[in-house]
Amino acid sequence: MENSQYLDMFIDESNEHLQAVNDNLLELEKNPQDLTIVNEVFRSAHTLKGMAATMGFEDLANLTHQMENVLDGIRNEAIAATDAVMDVVFAAVDHMEEIVQNIADGGEGEKDVAAVVNQLARIEKGESLQPEQTDGAAEAEYGDKDETEGAEFDEFERTVLVQSQEQGYDAYHVSVDLNSDVILKAARVYMVFEVLEQIAEVIKSSPSVEKLENEEFEFSFQVTVLTKETEQEIENRICKVSEVEKVAVKKLDVAAIVAAHDAEDGTSLSEEAAEAETAASVAEPETAQLESSGERDEKAAPSGNKTIRVNIERLDSLMNLFEELVIDRGRLEQISNDLNSAELTETVEHMSRISGDLQSIILNMRMVPVEQVFNRFPRMVRGLAKELDKKIQLEIIGAETELDRTVIDEIGDPLVHLLRNSIDHGLESPIERINAGKPEEGLITLKAYHSGNHVFIEVADDGGGIDREKVLAKALKSGAVTEENSRSMTDKQVYELLFSSGLSTAEEISDISGRGVGLDVVKNKIESLGGHASVDSVPGQGTTFSIQLPLTLSIISVMLVEVQKEIYAVPLSSIIETAIIKKDEIMSAHNQKVIDFRGSIVPLIDLTEFFAVPKELAEDDYCSIVIVRKGEKMAALVVNSFIGQQEIVLKSLGNYLTDVFAISGATILGNGRVALIIDCNALIKS
Amino acid sequence: MNEGIAADVKVIVFLLKDEEYGVEVEQVRSIERLEHVTRVPSTPDFVEGVINLRGVVTPIIDLRKRFGIEEAPHSESTRVIIVTVNQMDVGLVVDSANDVIDIARDAVEPPPEVVGGLEAEYIRGVAKLEKRLLILLNLEKVLNPNELQELQEIEGTV
Repeated sequence: MENSQYLDMFIDESNEHLQAVNDNLLELEKNPQDLTIVNEVFRSAHTLKGMAATMGFEDLANLTHQMENVLDGIRNEAIAATDAVMDVVFAAVDHMEEIVQNIADGGEGEKDVAAVVNQLARIEKGESLQPEQTDGAAEAEYGDKDETEGAEFDEFERTVLVQSQEQGYDAYHVSVDLNSDVILKAARVYMVFEVLEQIAEVIKSSPSVEKLENEEFEFSFQVTVLTKETEQEIENRICKVSEVEKVAVKKLDVAAIVAAHDAEDGTSLSEEAAEAETAASVAEPETAQLESSGERDEKAAPSGNKTIRVNIERLDSLMNLFEELVIDRGRLEQISNDLNSAELTETVEHMSRISGDLQSIILNMRMVPVEQVFNRFPRMVRGLAKELDKKIQLEIIGAETELDRTVIDEIGDPLVHLLRNSIDHGLESPIERINAGKPEEGLITLKAYHSGNHVFIEVADDGGGIDREKVLAKALKSGAVTEENSRSMTDKQVYELLFSSGLSTAEEISDISGRGVGLDVVKNKIESLGGHASVDSVPGQGTTFSIQLPLTLSIISVMLVEVQKEIYAVPLSSIIETAIIKKDEIMSAHNQKVIDFRGSIVPLIDLTEFFAVPKELAEDDYCSIVIVRKGEKMAALVVNSFIGQQEIVLKSLGNYLTDVFAISGATILGNGRVALIIDCNALIKS
Repeated sequence: MNEGIAADVKVIVFLLKDEEYGVEVEQVRSIERLEHVTRVPSTPDFVEGVINLRGVVTPIIDLRKRFGIEEAPHSESTRVIIVTVNQMDVGLVVDSANDVIDIARDAVEPPPEVVGGLEAEYIRGVAKLEKRLLILLNLEKVLNPNELQELQEIEGTV
């Protein structure tokens, strides 16, 4: 970017201004009438807006602009700085911080700020925020009253309450509402708890902590805390957690609770005791709500212990060591065969079995289901659907498909791009859909599946398909194709143009996508992962974006073949079939040897010649061929013999030998020797 | 060569034909016997292939061929010196390697124009040790992947 020399300055200043905004807003919350503070905030926000706009960070500028409008309203006393308003403003500031952080990390500073901008706009228009809240939140609020007043505390909790009051701690009932579009509810809950635990002791939560962790709640939850801090302090701290929409803190009257309970207690004491016992042992829905803080820690602990973060490099070195072991195992097997000792053979066999199990565990450690990435999409799609006024059903297929951890970490953003693209550009508006005789509700299908040593992920919509002419017109305008080229291009080729940079066919630029960046970024990202992105479309019926990803370090299935005395591995995913043909079946066309394979003419590649393998074997009348394919195209590789199918571990040739033609990597065979893996894609010209 | 702080450099001495060469011990990871090498097609002549070095596929190059010294069959004494240069692990096939010596920095002289047919840029310097002459290699140059690329392209066009 040409502005890069100013970028550092921009980031520093933005952070300063954001800090100022934050401080002043907190101040304002305490003194809502003090308009000089509003002026301070306004000034900071205004500067920030100007800088963001100059630097081309539209989302940030947009957001600041909207916030400025609200602040202006407060300044002119058109809007009252109520808690609800402040919450939205704080949320906006949180978003800004995230954007600036993203820019500082080298990102584009793009963020979906529409939700907050929307809320700010509502405030500006003087509309009440109440309808924005979901039913769940409203319901919870009613329920919340019952709970505060009702004697929902068990004996232990009441004792704690009384005792702590004697020690000078106050009990508060805290009700937290999350934004309705929050993506990681459990994470936000965790953050809220963390904040609370810094200043207070949580003695009870509703729903139970377990349910909160499993996201089994709408958008609000309640906790009872003991603290010496003030209501205001608690509220402020929780408000700092992003995506928290509303916090209500209410002081509990411990004496009243105890008194209320004592009144009704006389009869149900034994029942209570029994119930408390079950609460300790079984986490039944109702009883689980009555959790003391001690139990809470216990319950939270198992989920914390289930996983442990391990650097992938460590797993790599574990894998390498393990392969050493496998090679030694092979030698041991050989030795035990030679010695013919029953005892030794038995031990070696046992070791082989164990190391086999070990291998699958090690390989599996690196594999995680794509579910991890897919999980966040339903929320996102729902949000986008609302925003764009479209009705969308998201269907997820194959979330259990496993991929290498390193790949999983990288595919989130590209998939978000593709989904947004499909929702924004792919699906028509409900009216258009009805006019076209389609159901009003659009269908987006997100599908993952294994095929050979690749994982395919498809994002399909049932929208209007890609308009060839529109794409071509744009491509001509941006110079991506020439007039002559454009006429001879197939539909598929035209669609692929969408992946070139600077092309967006949306008539109107929207906030969701359509800035002309995105699809080319997706393609680059996928290709940098060693994958492939493609698109296909049927006019009127929809568009399918498909990405193909390698499983990287995972095992791949190969066919080991012998070329003279050298051993090569051909990925099974590329192989159509193997055959043995007679020499006289080989024909020649245009100086190229071809064979007739099931009715189609397939070019013949003699690997001995192609890889310049020293000839050591006498020629005979038959030759073994492996038919491989790349897309629709095929080729027949001539080898000397087939050794068999095997699962191997893909290894690179190291940093020195990069880009060896037609070799995609290497593997270590059972005998400790290295075999090269043939890259069939390079052998077949497209 | 005029750092002057560390007086000595520790070098691994190896033999190519009848001349002695040295690489700094910091660059050397291990010295291995030459076992089964897998030839890699479409690479320059001097790339001998790849070996399995404790589970890591490591490319090895034949220094005789790299420097255009006449070829000789591998023998009992043939060794592979595994070096790490610019995050690349590469094995160098040499006739023998059996000495580690300390040489004073001031005993190292800048390379003469031509030493034993070797182009000067591959040489960091020449050390005179009593009656021996030790050629210190500039491994960054010897193992320049860009040059490898160029060579590959030339081979490809032939």
